Amino acid sequence: MTALAERPVTAAPEAIRKRRRKWTGWAFAAPFTVLFLVFALLPVVASLVMSVTDMRATDLRTPLAVDFVGLDNYTRLFSDDLFLRSAVNTLVFVVIGVPLTIVAALAAANGLNSGLIRFRAVFRVGFYLPVVTSIVAIAVIWRFLLDPEAGLVDNLLGLVGIQGPNWLGDSSTSLGSIIVMAAWRNFGSLMVIFLAALQGIPNDLYEAARLDGAGRWQQFSRITIPLMRPALLFGAVITGIGYLQLFEEPLVMTQGGPLSSTLSVSYHIYNQFGFGNYGYAAAASYVLFVAIVALSVLQFRLLGNRDD
Amino acid sequence: MTRDRVAKISLYAILCAGLLAVVGPFLWMLLSSFKPEADIRSVPPTWWPSTWTLDHYRELFDRLDFPQYFANSAIVAVLVTAGNLLFCSLLGYALAKLDFPGRRALFLTVLGMLMVPGMVTFVPQFVLVSNMGLANTYAGLVLPFLAGPFGVFLMRQFLLSIPDDLIEAARVDGAGEWRIFWRVVLPLCKPALATLGILTFLSSWNNFLWPLVVATTDDKYTLPVALALYAIGQNRIYYGLLLAGAVVVVVPVLIVFLALQRHFMRGIATTGLK
Repeated sequence: MTALAERPVTAAPEAIRKRRRKWTGWAFAAPFTVLFLVFALLPVVASLVMSVTDMRATDLRTPLAVDFVGLDNYTRLFSDDLFLRSAVNTLVFVVIGVPLTIVAALAAANGLNSGLIRFRAVFRVGFYLPVVTSIVAIAVIWRFLLDPEAGLVDNLLGLVGIQGPNWLGDSSTSLGSIIVMAAWRNFGSLMVIFLAALQGIPNDLYEAARLDGAGRWQQFSRITIPLMRPALLFGAVITGIGYLQLFEEPLVMTQGGPLSSTLSVSYHIYNQFGFGNYGYAAAASYVLFVAIVALSVLQFRLLGNRDD
Repeated sequence: MTRDRVAKISLYAILCAGLLAVVGPFLWMLLSSFKPEADIRSVPPTWWPSTWTLDHYRELFDRLDFPQYFANSAIVAVLVTAGNLLFCSLLGYALAKLDFPGRRALFLTVLGMLMVPGMVTFVPQFVLVSNMGLANTYAGLVLPFLAGPFGVFLMRQFLLSIPDDLIEAARVDGAGEWRIFWRVVLPLCKPALATLGILTFLSSWNNFLWPLVVATTDDKYTLPVALALYAIGQNRIYYGLLLAGAVVVVVPVLIVFLALQRHFMRGIATTGLK
């Protein structure tokens, strides 16, 4: 009865409302989309175009009056010793840094999740502190900690009779120092993700395993790790994407030195930008982009769902 | 029983050692910023200041222009945060609750942007902002960060969990789309807005590379830029000054973080991004 009465009233406006809602959607989307087009999408496309031109800083005011050079910038990159050096440094940073950060985060998350910990919030906040701190402030602190004379680290080593190295000033320890610092700075954010994942694992699984006589290590490797696989994959991908873009740490800690031992790909791009080689810098940034996509795909293959 | 005790004590010991390794450097920075310069450079280093001094802070605020840098950081961070809250919730709502042509393509494009390294957009953005005449202006510092893909992702995910019935009920009551958004949807989004607001504010406050390149004169420097320029490439480094500067950069963040940390943890645990 009511349906009969309502149908003629609502049917016509429904069609109009639907059409109107199409435009409503775009009206809501428009402010973000305009900004996004101008300041994100346009630069992404412009970068690709710039990478096949010889654009330099002197073309800043006339960006359309540059010459097309094809893939020259790309071929030059792979014969540029400094770029190759920076690629190796970045790779070392990722290959050592990502697992180190994940292991530290996993250890912290497991420690805090073991049920018998009081003051859990204090630890959690403490471990997270470096994540929210400006890299420049962290660099100031760490440069001082690692100072070969007045630094805390070498003086502590001195107490046990070890002559500490000049961490940042020696090309054999500089990259390692940056890796440790990055892990120190970033493990907190992964820890929070891992903690959330750990809390999602039902306790009965551990109970059952204990009844079957499984030790702590077995519980960890047979239950925790497999059930955390999605979180681990996510953490590895996110950290990998971030670490491949290594830039601020060497900029503020070592300026890429000594002897280019901490020069990263992003840093090399930044330097080329500083020298005014815009086209060349853009080409290098696209190589980095491809590397990021490749690493993410690789991690999904290696760590992704292969149980079923 | 005793084995459990041993396990418990060693777990605490390890966690405390870890906490010391993470928080210790911050404490040391804070204490050292009150030490005289000679104290800071003493070998072996000391924890506690032999005499307490405010000289470094006085120098920062009287001789150097730190109040200006502080204001610049705050202005930029507030504008970026306000913009992101508004634009990301508008688009997030459209993507989650409104049906319009191109919706899926728009979402995937915005999401894909999360994978693009900053260096890809860096150079063209600089060319663009320079050609718009916005180099060394607040607009130049703020505009490129107003539309962050992360915020859209966060708001959309949150809005998907809000039942359609609420919105449909408001429509049946005759409320316009705009009114529904402001009166019904946004109030429900408070938790997500809090998380997005804090994360955006912090990343803007700590942002370093863009203001380093775009701010070219003293009156537009943000705190991290000013600190870095004092720290890098100085022949004679005054550690006291640098440490006090670092404290000025870190303390506001610390207060925001400690006051609102549960929003952080929730935001990170649900979206997995910082």
